[in-house]
Amino acid sequence: MLEARDITVTIDGSALLRRVSLAAPDGRVLVLIGPNGAGKSTLLRVLCGELLPSQGEVLLDGRPLRSYRAAELARRRAVVPQSSQLSFPFTALEVAMLGATVPGFEVSTASAARSALEALDAVGLSPLANRLYVHLSGGERQRVHIARALCQLAAPTVRGSGARCLLLDEPTANLDLAHQTLVLEAARRQAQQGVGVVAVMHDLNLAAALADEVALLVRGEVVARGPAGEVLRHELLSAAYGCEVLPNRTPGAGRPFVLPPAALTPPRGDATWAAPAGNAYVHAVPPGVS
Amino acid sequence: MTAAVPMDERARRPLRNAPRAATGGQLIVWAALLLAAAAVMSLSIGSTGITLDALPRVITAWITGRTDASVAREQLVLLDIRLPRLLLGLFVGAGLAVSGAMMQGLFRNPLADPGLVGVSAGAALAAVATIAFGNGLAAVWTKIMGVYALPFSAFAGGVATTAILVMIVARQGQLATATLLLAGIALGALSTALMGLIAFASDDRELRDLTLWMLGSLSGASWPKVVAVLPFALLVGLGLPRLVRALNGLLLGEAEAFHLGVDVERMKRQIILITAAAVGAAVAVAGIVGFVGIIVPHLVRLVAGPDHRIVLPASALLGGALVLTADVAARMALRPAELPLGVVMALIGAPIFLHLVVKRGMGAG
Repeated sequence: MLEARDITVTIDGSALLRRVSLAAPDGRVLVLIGPNGAGKSTLLRVLCGELLPSQGEVLLDGRPLRSYRAAELARRRAVVPQSSQLSFPFTALEVAMLGATVPGFEVSTASAARSALEALDAVGLSPLANRLYVHLSGGERQRVHIARALCQLAAPTVRGSGARCLLLDEPTANLDLAHQTLVLEAARRQAQQGVGVVAVMHDLNLAAALADEVALLVRGEVVARGPAGEVLRHELLSAAYGCEVLPNRTPGAGRPFVLPPAALTPPRGDATWAAPAGNAYVHAVPPGVS
Repeated sequence: MTAAVPMDERARRPLRNAPRAATGGQLIVWAALLLAAAAVMSLSIGSTGITLDALPRVITAWITGRTDASVAREQLVLLDIRLPRLLLGLFVGAGLAVSGAMMQGLFRNPLADPGLVGVSAGAALAAVATIAFGNGLAAVWTKIMGVYALPFSAFAGGVATTAILVMIVARQGQLATATLLLAGIALGALSTALMGLIAFASDDRELRDLTLWMLGSLSGASWPKVVAVLPFALLVGLGLPRLVRALNGLLLGEAEAFHLGVDVERMKRQIILITAAAVGAAVAVAGIVGFVGIIVPHLVRLVAGPDHRIVLPASALLGGALVLTADVAARMALRPAELPLGVVMALIGAPIFLHLVVKRGMGAG
């Protein structure tokens, strides 16, 4: 289990994280949400060991993260950062393979290539495996890096060596609907295989679809934690984002969902506009909100 | 969730697959053959007109210990002039090509080259200072170090310059291409200016030596010089395989390399040391020879991709072949006079480099 205890990060006198404690249990998905600048990405960088906290400790299986060597950590957790640039002519397959070959998991090139291909397939990229990375679109590049992380987690020597984690920073930010689904499924599959997944996400609806647990960060503090239904609530979200947020439930599945406030205002200059009867939102709007 | 498998419409268009002309293994075999050819050429062509035909005679004489006057001359040319020159050319070419590849990986920038970013000039400055002050201020140093004084000074100059570059670029973020090049140009200019100052203080003979040396040449090749670069060649040869995985990780960025298990700071220090060892020793025996470090790794990546498991060995072989060939051209073009190797390399390299800049924009490698 990956666990943050009382983490404070202060950079140049300003506190980016204040006394944050949370845990990413094995086999579950924890999604970090919150407004811009809330410290979500900073928390992820602390959780992966890239950034040392000013105070507090991150523990992996009860052992302080800073006591792990980089190579040891690479066997236990994979990370997909928000953006990654590459100015050398790697193919998509070669980038994915780096997930197994850079840590040197004592896998042969052939088996690294096999698990890289499987990982690319899991994110819908196998047709583009031999395409140059620099020729791929933003969303495709993002999926290549997810595949690289999957390849790292799939390397044989990683299996059975204690808790494993997958840390994702905005994994669906550049993706279209179908590929969002594909990536969410890949993340969920990892959780089913016992991996503790932590993802930073801006899209509250995708967060609700993916998460076992949601943590809402505001100005460096965790203000709410729990199942999506408990955290994605009107008062919590409105206070956090500083605008009127009106969560609702999807028909059938009953998952919470949120529309951006702009979607709830009448089209400008359209006098004939009227809310259709039976619209869930009409009923959900509390008094005093226009 | 039902899995809707997305159709990537570009997958249906004609594939624009990676233009890999050869696998890594094929490239290495070809590079080794080219190097062998260049080595034979380097051994058999020269202004004296002695060719490889003399080799069996020379070897027999060497084994039996019986030499007559004509064989003695052939022996001198082949074994004491051309062979050390071949070995030094091989080391200079391989060392510069490999350090170019390493610097490009370290800075994540296909434009980095020890010559372009001032590392060679920094090494040269330290070496020039050692020559100029060898009888005065640096007398103790040259006395203790003997033949190693020059390569170790150049090595120290290379380490210092690279470390300063790393500090400057680190302040600006990882991909500060312009910063890297501008800082490198400034450091190079500073080193060159200081060398100019030292040259002012030199007499005519020293001045001619220094100038030729700043232009780059293998004409002073000798066995003591081979002995002097040997420890550096060993260090580079033994150190490189340990850096391959780290360099591959660093191509993704320092944070990503750490995620993949690379001890980034330690590996950066090792890369700097090994780069400086290769550049320093090369500069100490051959002066400033440019463009090898940028052209060779670039061509290798073009053919077989950027994986350092291929890039480093293939660059070493091709770099050796390139410098040996250029050196033969330097010897033969205006025979019996000899062109500086650095001039020949610049004549070959600069147009190729310009072509790369214009054609490919370098950014995509």
